[in-house]
Amino acid sequence: MSEQLTAETVSQALASSLALVQKADNFQDLKAIKASAVGEESPLSKLNALIKSLPNDQKAEAGRLVGAARAELNAAFATKESELQAVADAEALELERVDITAYPRVAPKGARHPLSLLMDSISDVFIGMGWEIADGPELENEWFNFDALNFHPDHPARAMQDTFFVAPVENHLLLRTHTSPVQVRSLLERELPLYVLCPGRVFRTDELDATHTPVFHQVEGLAVDKGLTMSDLKGTLEHFARVMFGPEAKIRLRPSFFPFTEPSAELDVWHPGAKGGARWVEWGGCGMVNPNVLLAAGIDPEVYTGFAFGMGIERTLMFRNGVRDMHDMVEADARFSQQFGSVI
Amino acid sequence: MRVPLSWLAEFVELPQNSTPDDVMAQLVKVGLEEEGSHGGDIRGPIVVGKVLEFVEEPQSNGKTIRWCQVEVAPGVVNGVVCGARNFFEGDKVVVTLPGAALPGGFEIAARKTYGHVSDGMIASSRELGLSDDHEGILRLSTLGLDPEVGNDALELLGLNESAAEVNVTPDRGYCLSIRGIAREYSHASGAKFTDPATKVSAKAGSGFSVQVQDDAPIHGVPGSSIFTTLGVSGIDANAPVPSWMANRLKLAGMRSISIAVDITNYVMLELGQPIHAYDQDRLVGGITVRRAVAGEQLQTLDEKVRTLHPEDLLICDDSGPIGLAGVMGGASSEVSSTTKNVLIEAALFDPISIARTARRHKLPSEASKRFERGVDPEVGPIAAARVAQLLIELAGGQLNGVGSSYRTDLPKIEIELPFAFASELVGVDYANQQILDLLHQIGCELRVHDDAVTVTPPSWRPDIRHKTDLVEEVARLAGYHLIPSRIPVAPPGRGLTPRQQFRRRALAGLAGAGFTEVLNYPFYSEQQNLEFSQSPALRLENPMQGDSPELRNSLIPGLLQAAARNLSRGTTDVALIEEGSVFLPALGNATTSLPVGNVRPNPEQLAELNASIPVQPRHLAGVVLGDWIPQAPGQQAVQSGYPQAILAVEQITRAAGVQFEIRQATVLGFHSGRAAEVLVEGEVVGHLGEVAPALTAEYHLPRKVAAFKINLDALFAHAPEVLQAGELRVMPAATQDLSLLVSLDVPAADLIAVIREGAGDILEDVSLVDDYRGDNVPAGSKSVTFSLRFRAADRTLTQAEATLSKDAAVALASQKFGATLRA
Repeated sequence: MSEQLTAETVSQALASSLALVQKADNFQDLKAIKASAVGEESPLSKLNALIKSLPNDQKAEAGRLVGAARAELNAAFATKESELQAVADAEALELERVDITAYPRVAPKGARHPLSLLMDSISDVFIGMGWEIADGPELENEWFNFDALNFHPDHPARAMQDTFFVAPVENHLLLRTHTSPVQVRSLLERELPLYVLCPGRVFRTDELDATHTPVFHQVEGLAVDKGLTMSDLKGTLEHFARVMFGPEAKIRLRPSFFPFTEPSAELDVWHPGAKGGARWVEWGGCGMVNPNVLLAAGIDPEVYTGFAFGMGIERTLMFRNGVRDMHDMVEADARFSQQFGSVI
Repeated sequence: MRVPLSWLAEFVELPQNSTPDDVMAQLVKVGLEEEGSHGGDIRGPIVVGKVLEFVEEPQSNGKTIRWCQVEVAPGVVNGVVCGARNFFEGDKVVVTLPGAALPGGFEIAARKTYGHVSDGMIASSRELGLSDDHEGILRLSTLGLDPEVGNDALELLGLNESAAEVNVTPDRGYCLSIRGIAREYSHASGAKFTDPATKVSAKAGSGFSVQVQDDAPIHGVPGSSIFTTLGVSGIDANAPVPSWMANRLKLAGMRSISIAVDITNYVMLELGQPIHAYDQDRLVGGITVRRAVAGEQLQTLDEKVRTLHPEDLLICDDSGPIGLAGVMGGASSEVSSTTKNVLIEAALFDPISIARTARRHKLPSEASKRFERGVDPEVGPIAAARVAQLLIELAGGQLNGVGSSYRTDLPKIEIELPFAFASELVGVDYANQQILDLLHQIGCELRVHDDAVTVTPPSWRPDIRHKTDLVEEVARLAGYHLIPSRIPVAPPGRGLTPRQQFRRRALAGLAGAGFTEVLNYPFYSEQQNLEFSQSPALRLENPMQGDSPELRNSLIPGLLQAAARNLSRGTTDVALIEEGSVFLPALGNATTSLPVGNVRPNPEQLAELNASIPVQPRHLAGVVLGDWIPQAPGQQAVQSGYPQAILAVEQITRAAGVQFEIRQATVLGFHSGRAAEVLVEGEVVGHLGEVAPALTAEYHLPRKVAAFKINLDALFAHAPEVLQAGELRVMPAATQDLSLLVSLDVPAADLIAVIREGAGDILEDVSLVDDYRGDNVPAGSKSVTFSLRFRAADRTLTQAEATLSKDAAVALASQKFGATLRA
C-alpha cells in the first residue's frame, strides 16, 4: 500500500515516533529510536520522499508539513536527551557521594602563641591612638635598665637575687628586668612629643610556679609631651581597659612607689567578665615620669612632662582569658596555643 | 611591716572592734599594700587557774605525771593531768578548758589519759604561742602576775590580739614603725594621731667617748652622722618579759629573747630607730666608728667569724671591732643573762654604706632594712630614752648618767613648690590652702611667698627631695580618685613599622600553614649551644638552674626540647615555631664604668654603651616531626620532613616580599645529606633540612625531624620597600616536556637555572616533574624530566619556536653539566 502524504499521515507518523521517544529510558534506546524515527526508512522520511512526486503547487505545503513534524520530533529528541543526561549526571554524582563529616585533615592545625597574640592586640589598641611600637634588646647594658631609670647604684633591685647578670658582672650586662630600657632608648633616639608602647620579654630570678616565671612579658607605655598630667595617664588607661575588658571596665589608681615615676600608682582594673563575677584585679603600675629619667635623656623636665605605665602580659592573659597556671604558658605544649588559634 | 592593732591604737584613734582588714583598707588608700592579717588563731575558754593540790603518779613508760586539782573559777575545781613538774601547789597557771583552741589548730577537749579524765590542760608559754619556752608550764608569777582565778587569760596575756600586715614601698622607711603606720592611718582616716616620739623626752648622758673616724666615706657621706649612747645600771637581765610585750613582738614577727633584747626590738618597732644594747661592763673604753681594715675579722652575734671589707663600717672599742655598724652586733659585748649595766646605742648610719655591707655579708637584718631606707635623724635620742624608760620599768635599772650625743650638722632641705605645679602635674585643680594643709599634715614646715611655698620636709621623710615628691604627697592624700580622665592626642602615627608588620605576617602565614607558635626560655646547657651554632655563648653569672647557665645562640635546641615535651604528652605530630632573640658576642668592648644616671650621656658614651651590648638578632625557627598529614579515609599519611621546612621558609620569605634559593650544604646539627643554606640575593639568611639523627636521639625524638632557622633581621634587610608588578603575558602558551640524562651530582636547582638561561625570555615556567635512576639509566646518572611552559608577550607561539628555545636550553645544559637529551 502506498502512503498518501496528507496532514493526517504526517501527524500519524509524528505521533508514532514521539511515542517511541517518550518510551526511551536510556541513551542506547534513544539512539536506536532516533535511527528508526529519522532514518531513510522512517515514516517521516518516507513521506518526505513523496513530496517530489506531488504536483508542484502542493510541494511547498507538503514540505512545510513534513518539516514542522521533523522539527517537533527533533525537539522531542533533544528534550529527552537532556532529561536522560540529567538523570545520568545525578547518578554519577550519587556514586561520588562521601561522608563529608569524615573529612581528612590536609594540613596541621597551626596557631599563634596567645602571649604573642595578646601583645599584638594590645599594640593595635595603641596604634589606634596614634602611638608607635618600640622594640629593644633583651640583654641590656645595666645603664639602660637601671641608672637611666633613677635606680641609684645601690638600689636593692640591682642585687643578684632579682636580676640575671651576664658573667662577668664587671661587664655591666644583664637580662632586662622590665621593658623600661626601651623607654630610655626611645627618649634618647626619638623626637618629642613621644607616644610609644614597648611590648617584650623580661627576666627576673623568680622560680617557676603557678603564678611566677623567670621569663615573662610586659607591655609598657610612655608618653612625653608638653602639658601631660596624671589625667592623661588615667584617661589612656581607662580607654585601654575598656578595649581589653569591655565597655563596663574601669580603673582605679592607688598610691605606690617606683624609682622611675613620681607620683606613682598601682593600677587596678574592674574586670566585668572575671571568673566568679566582676571584681577589681591588680593590673600594673604607672605614674608620671620621674624628672631624673627625662634628664638622663637630656630632656628638660621643666618643659616636658610624661606618663608611663606597665603591666604583665602573662597576668593579663590569666585573668582575661582564664588561664589558671603559668606552666601552661611556658611549657610549649602545642595544645595550649591551638585552643586559641589566631585570636585571643 | 606587721602592726598589732592594740599597739597602733596607742598612737592613733582606732574605732572600737577594728579588724586587721579595716586597718588595711585605710592604709591601702595612702599607698601601703595589703599583705594579710595575723593572730586571732587562739580561742577560749582559756582562764587563770590555781593549782590546789596534785599527786605524782609514775607511769609504766617511765614518765611521772601529776594528777592536779585546779580551781578554774571560784569554787569550780577541775581534774587535770599534767606532764610538767615545774610548779607548786598554790601556783596560778593558765588552763585551757574543753572547747578552747590553741595556735596550730590544737583543739582542747576533755579526754581520758593516764587513767584519769583530764578536764582541760595546763599550758606552757610555747603552747600559747607566747615564746619558745617549753621547759614546763607557764607560772603566772614568773611574769609578775597574780590575777584572780577564773579571769580570762587571753585578755590578761594579750593573746586575743591581731595584727595587720602591710607592704612598705622602699621610699617609705618611716613606715617600718608603728609610729609611721599610725601617722599614715591618721592621714587615711582623719583619726587623731599622737606622735609616740613626743611621749618621751630625750635624756642626755655624758662622759662616754664616741668618735667617728671615717677615712673613706662613700660618695662623701660619713658613715655615721648621729650617735647617741645612754647608760642604764643595775638591771635584772632575767626579769620576765611581760606577756603584752612578748605578744606584740610575736605578732610583729619577732621572737622574744630576753628583757633587754626584747626592749630594744620593741622600741625599734615602735619608733623605727634600730637600737643596740651593749653589756657596759664588757666594753673596753669608748666607742670609735671607723671603716674596716682589709682582712680584719669580727665574730658577729650569730657566732660567725666574718672577714671584713674596707668599706664595712665598724663599731669598735679599745679592744677592737665590736659590731658591724647598723647590721649586726658583735659577740664580745652583747647583753647576756648576767648583764647588770647596759649601754644603749641609737645611731644614724649612711644608708648606702649599710646596704652594701648587709648585701656583702648576706646579712639583711631588721636594723639594716631600716637604715637602708632611711631612719628619722631626730628620733635616735628619744628612742634611747624610751629604751631606758622600759628597762627601768621592767628590769629595775636606773639611768647612770653615762652617755654621749655625737652629732654632725645635717644639710637643711628646702624645696620650692610653685602652687600651680601640683595641678599641672596631676590635672586636679588643688586650692593653695589645700596644698598647704596636706603638706602641713605630713609634717612639713612651710613658708609661703607669692605663688609658691618653700617646704622643709619632716626629718622622717628623706624620700622627699624634689617638688614632684611633694606633688605626690598632695595627690595621694587628696586621693587619686579625684583625678579626672582625659585622653591625650598623640601626633599622627605611622602604624606598625614595615619590620613589625613583617613579623606579624610571617607568624600569621606560618600559623595558617599549620605551624604552632611557642615561647621557650632562652637558657641552655653548654652542650645545647654547641649543637646548631659555632657562635661563642654568653654565660649567666647567676643562672636559675645549674644545668642551663648559658643564653641560647640558636632557637632549634629549645624547639627540640619543646617537641620532646609534646611527644611525652602524647602529641606525636608536631610542627613548632618560635620567634625570638638569640644571643651572640658584642661587637665592642665591655663598659668598665657607667655614666651617671640623671645626665644624658655624650655621643661617645652612648656609642660605647651600645657597642658593649651583645648582638641579638631575631630569629624565626621551627621543627617538624611525625605526620604532616595524618592517615584518613581516602588519604595516605604524609610524613613530615625537609619539604615542610621549605614550606615554612617560603611563607617567611613571601611575608618579606623576597625570593629565596636553597643551596645544598653541610650545616652544623643537620643531616649531612639533607641540609641546605637559604639564600636571599646571594646572602645566606638561614638554614633548613633534617636534624642530624644523632641529635634527635639525644632529645628522645624520632629519627626524622625537619628544622629551619631564619635570621629575620638579615632576611628583612633584603625586603623591597614597595614591590613592583611584573608583566602578565596573556597570549596562548605552548608546553613541552624535556628529559635530560645528567650526572647524579648536578642539583636540580642548577639545572633549572641553566634551562631558564638557555631557553631565554619566552620560557615562562619550568618545573621538575620526574627524577629517575635505575634501569636504562647509566650508573652515576639520573634522568630528570622538566615540564616547560613557553609564552610570548605579543603573539601566539608556534611549537617550532618553543622547540628552538628548548633546544637552546639543552645545549646550555649539555655545555655546563654534560647533560644529554633523553629520547
